[in-house]
Amino acid sequence: MKVIKEKHSLLMRWTHWVNFPVLIVMIWSGLFIYWANDAYGISIFDFSLIKFFPEWFYDYFHISGRLAEGMAFHFLFMWFFFINGLLYIVHTVISGAWRALLPNKHAFKEAWLVLLHDLHIRKAIPPQKKYNAAQRIAYTAILFMGIGSITTGLAIYKPVQFYWLCWLCGGYHFARILHFTLTIGYIFFFLIHIVQVLLAGWNNFRAVVAGFEVVEEQPQLKDDLITTEKTEDKDESKS
Amino acid sequence: MKANHKKMVKAPLTIEQKIKRSTFISFGAFAALGTGAIAGWNWLLDAPEETPGITGGTRTPLRRALNKTEIFFRNFFSSKHLVKTYPIAEAVKTPRVNSLIGIEDDEDFDVSNWKLIVKLSNKKHWQIGIEALKELPKTEIVYDFKCVEGWDEIQHWAGVKLSDFLAHFKLEEEAQKQYMGLETPNGAYYVGLERESTLHPQTLLAYEMNGKPISIEHGAPLRLIVPVKYGIKNLKRIGTMAFSDKRPRDYWAEQGYDYYSGL
Repeated sequence: MKVIKEKHSLLMRWTHWVNFPVLIVMIWSGLFIYWANDAYGISIFDFSLIKFFPEWFYDYFHISGRLAEGMAFHFLFMWFFFINGLLYIVHTVISGAWRALLPNKHAFKEAWLVLLHDLHIRKAIPPQKKYNAAQRIAYTAILFMGIGSITTGLAIYKPVQFYWLCWLCGGYHFARILHFTLTIGYIFFFLIHIVQVLLAGWNNFRAVVAGFEVVEEQPQLKDDLITTEKTEDKDESKS
Repeated sequence: MKANHKKMVKAPLTIEQKIKRSTFISFGAFAALGTGAIAGWNWLLDAPEETPGITGGTRTPLRRALNKTEIFFRNFFSSKHLVKTYPIAEAVKTPRVNSLIGIEDDEDFDVSNWKLIVKLSNKKHWQIGIEALKELPKTEIVYDFKCVEGWDEIQHWAGVKLSDFLAHFKLEEEAQKQYMGLETPNGAYYVGLERESTLHPQTLLAYEMNGKPISIEHGAPLRLIVPVKYGIKNLKRIGTMAFSDKRPRDYWAEQGYDYYSGL
């Protein structure tokens, strides 16, 4: 029979969905800023492998010549990004939800098994609670990436007043590279996240909007549960 | 046991209904909030541009946000926070020339006739020659010059500390005003700086670059070096200096940039 099972708190859902458009605006306005000095690329022995970004990309998204506008958007939406992220972290720490989020002891070994399972190489999947080991690693990583974006962002934004942050980020240049790399990281996270959400299906998706999952529980199993619960109850009432 | 059995019969229906209802309410709220967010975003995108004045060129709400953010971050400003300095050997030999506004558009300019004009509140103007400035103690700085566009360069400048200049010419009282405005002789480029930045110990009226008099395209004979600001505030070829409690006009703040532009 079907059972409603609470999965995600209201605050987790709220911050998740606020973060999504805010992060898009941050990346979009960040590109306006990056355009003004598009210095980054990946090259091996002077052979340029990747150049961020080709001209058609700037043209297609109308990015060229909008530095001032980009900064104005970026320095407004940074507040929403920061406050929203802070809300989530504070909530996760206080509510104890971090227990289901942070990777546990066997996380990396289990995450490997999850990966094999997802790639249809392995049939069985390690037992999991709210998040499987791969999710724990991914969602914790994205959290630290967010903290990293704020930190490197501040280091670039006020490198004189927050000189210690700038130093901590390895200097102005390295802070900029980190800030940029983290953004590329969000894009990769997003792509994998979308595929996984599509594969996980409706029940999983609904949980991030409505908060609950519908779980199929076998009546027999439930009877067992009830009896054990009942004995426990009795024990409690006796004492 | 009997009551329990009854519940079991009834339960599936209730749960199905519960699921439906909760899903409907949640997704309804989700859609409503999503629509609200899109409406808010469209409001911001379509927000009118500010009336051109001291600042201009950006949407009114975004300008308001820039100004509020400035107020917040100015709390962290301290004249004790010094810009990182480097050994002279690390300075670039040919610093980048990014803009010539106020220089290339001034054909009548003659360096030999140049005087710094200081506008005082009693409507009097002082004229100070470059030699008088060179007599004051010289301060050198090798630091990472940062452009708002995102590039930066280690550059070597020397001149008179702006605070030394103000003290020597007894301009401290004028400098009590909240802002200093600097303009090129032809008035084509102009910047405004808050008091804290002008009095910062690393802010210079520079007349030397890499140990030689500044070249024309770098702002000869006297330019501003204000390491706590982006390059856009480092006015080349200073013509006039004035003091005000209101924000003086600022070239890039009129084009949608943050007035403060502090680092």
